[in-house]
Amino acid sequence: MALDASYDVDISQAMVVELPPLADWLVVAPLVVGFVFGALCLMTRKDTGRQPFVAITGLLAMLAADIGLFWHVYTNGTVVMTMGRWLPPFGITFAADMLGALLALVTGILGFAGGVYALQDISRTGRRYGFYPFLLLMLSGVTAAFLTGDIFNLYVWFEVLLIASFGLLVLGSEREQLDGATKYAFLNLIATTLFLLAVAYIYGVFGTLNMADISRKAASVRDSGPLFTITAMLLFAFAMKAAAFPLNFWLPASYHTPRIVVSGLFAGLLTKVGVYALLRIFLTLFGAERDILAGTIAVIAALTMVLGAMGALAQNDIRRLLGYLVISGIGSMLAGLALGSATGLSGAVLYAVHSMIVMTALYFLVGIMVERMKVFTLREAGGLYSSAPWLAALALMLFLSVSGLPPFSGLWPKALLVKASLDVGAWWLAFAILLSGLLTTIAVARVFAFSFWRERDTAQKGAGEVQPAPAATSGAMAGSLTALLLLTVAVGVYPEPVVRVTDRIAAELKAPSRYVEAVFPPGSEPLTTEQTEP
Amino acid sequence: METAMAILTGLFFAVSIYLMLSRHIIRILLGVAILSNAVNLTIFTNGRITREVPPIIPEGKAFPVEAVANPLPQALVLTAIVIAFAFFAFLLVLVFRSYQELGTDDTDEMREAEPPNEPAPPLGY
Repeated sequence: MALDASYDVDISQAMVVELPPLADWLVVAPLVVGFVFGALCLMTRKDTGRQPFVAITGLLAMLAADIGLFWHVYTNGTVVMTMGRWLPPFGITFAADMLGALLALVTGILGFAGGVYALQDISRTGRRYGFYPFLLLMLSGVTAAFLTGDIFNLYVWFEVLLIASFGLLVLGSEREQLDGATKYAFLNLIATTLFLLAVAYIYGVFGTLNMADISRKAASVRDSGPLFTITAMLLFAFAMKAAAFPLNFWLPASYHTPRIVVSGLFAGLLTKVGVYALLRIFLTLFGAERDILAGTIAVIAALTMVLGAMGALAQNDIRRLLGYLVISGIGSMLAGLALGSATGLSGAVLYAVHSMIVMTALYFLVGIMVERMKVFTLREAGGLYSSAPWLAALALMLFLSVSGLPPFSGLWPKALLVKASLDVGAWWLAFAILLSGLLTTIAVARVFAFSFWRERDTAQKGAGEVQPAPAATSGAMAGSLTALLLLTVAVGVYPEPVVRVTDRIAAELKAPSRYVEAVFPPGSEPLTTEQTEP
Repeated sequence: METAMAILTGLFFAVSIYLMLSRHIIRILLGVAILSNAVNLTIFTNGRITREVPPIIPEGKAFPVEAVANPLPQALVLTAIVIAFAFFAFLLVLVFRSYQELGTDDTDEMREAEPPNEPAPPLGY
């Protein structure tokens, strides 16, 4: 179409005129890798022999991209990229700060470990029904949710990871799975729809969806707009995604039904996306509203921690017991959010990393235990110590780690959170953290006592001796479990580098202006997104 | 115009919440579908309604010359409709499959994953 001379505008006002440096493309690299290899896996779906190699290559490439991104952000600060060459706030922004990059890195690690574990755990039928495409799609959704800088885009990524998680959850179409998936699907979809409702109001009040733009406008809108209502709605929606106490009932109803590797990845990744969203919303976007809601969040956190651990004590099925431990861990992270101090936030982020690794590893461990015991219930469990002493050693280390006992990674975040609670005189919150640690210790110690120390009551099952599984079948499973275990030991024994990273994340979260400055560099003319009023 | 839309949206929310409070899963599903439509209308209304001025840039110009309707909420609603429709289709199949397998659409009786008479964990050693 021919344009006349009036088309003589300076597009540098609205568009990026030069290409971003090559290293900045890392911010979208994990997603591109995830989607491309997800599509490749879908194409090789029927070729169940070759498909795992494609998938493992993809997961490895994704992990490499995550490592590269983390290193880039670690050395150069927040990396920002806006899609379609538009300048923010017009294009959809991806902004990887330390928090997003660290969580994306852990996602990459867990994804790779899960992919390797699934080589044994997922049968050929499961592969044909699309385990690997769903896995890569879910990992892409989770990573993108950690990296996006646009709140509507965050909603879209929530839906991407949700639809992929449905596929993983019903893999096998057992009666139990259909029941669990129905509850999981409905409650999560309602939570995400309520999040979208809050996004609608954010758009109505701010006229923008860019998180950095919202953050810098919040102060001027605070007097006229219903920001407190919006943040309360967001708290409700994300607390439901994170399975915080009064909204947690979908989790124990569904997390024990899918294949064990799926349970492990769900436990490690999905609830943490909710926690990440809460941290982002309440610290980067609406700091003043967090101060008002801090008391409420603290009460929710304490109840989630203690009731989650008590729920774990009451379970007979080991997988459901772990589901309650996931809930209990969410409480500890929310405690850090409620405290809001640098120590508390550092503890919350460190706990998130610890919990992602250890909860996934625990489900992987249960998968190996069940491969030998053939039962999931504590009543029938037993005899593992005599048949697999090495497994007992791995299990004991993980159990100590999840309870927060030294020398494993669970100790340090709990120490930071207790210190942060006592700093502000919230002795009851510190007490709740320690009490949930004690109850968790009792719960996992019972698992250890029943399934390892107790001799298997063979007469009860009439099955004879416990058959040790052939060594070859559990090679990939034991390998990925050991790798995750080594991570928790490393963080526990030498926490200094990780704590330095989380302290930096806490400092970044405490100063949202740095996030805003990364998206809108100082000096550039602030562009307005005023709506056309009727 | 906004007032009328607000009342309509309120009705949608009321209907969807009423349906979602039902024990029967098919009604919950309809409630969720109406909920997503209510949210879509909310997005649309929040973009401020300007009638009969489509956001089209006249030929030969680089930007619209007069006030036009806000196109962004339409893009958001379109995205949300597509997502909601995909989820509705998936949930419909899921609900039908669980009805086939479990033989009930009453959520109180869907206790396959959480059996009602599950034994307590062992209480001694």
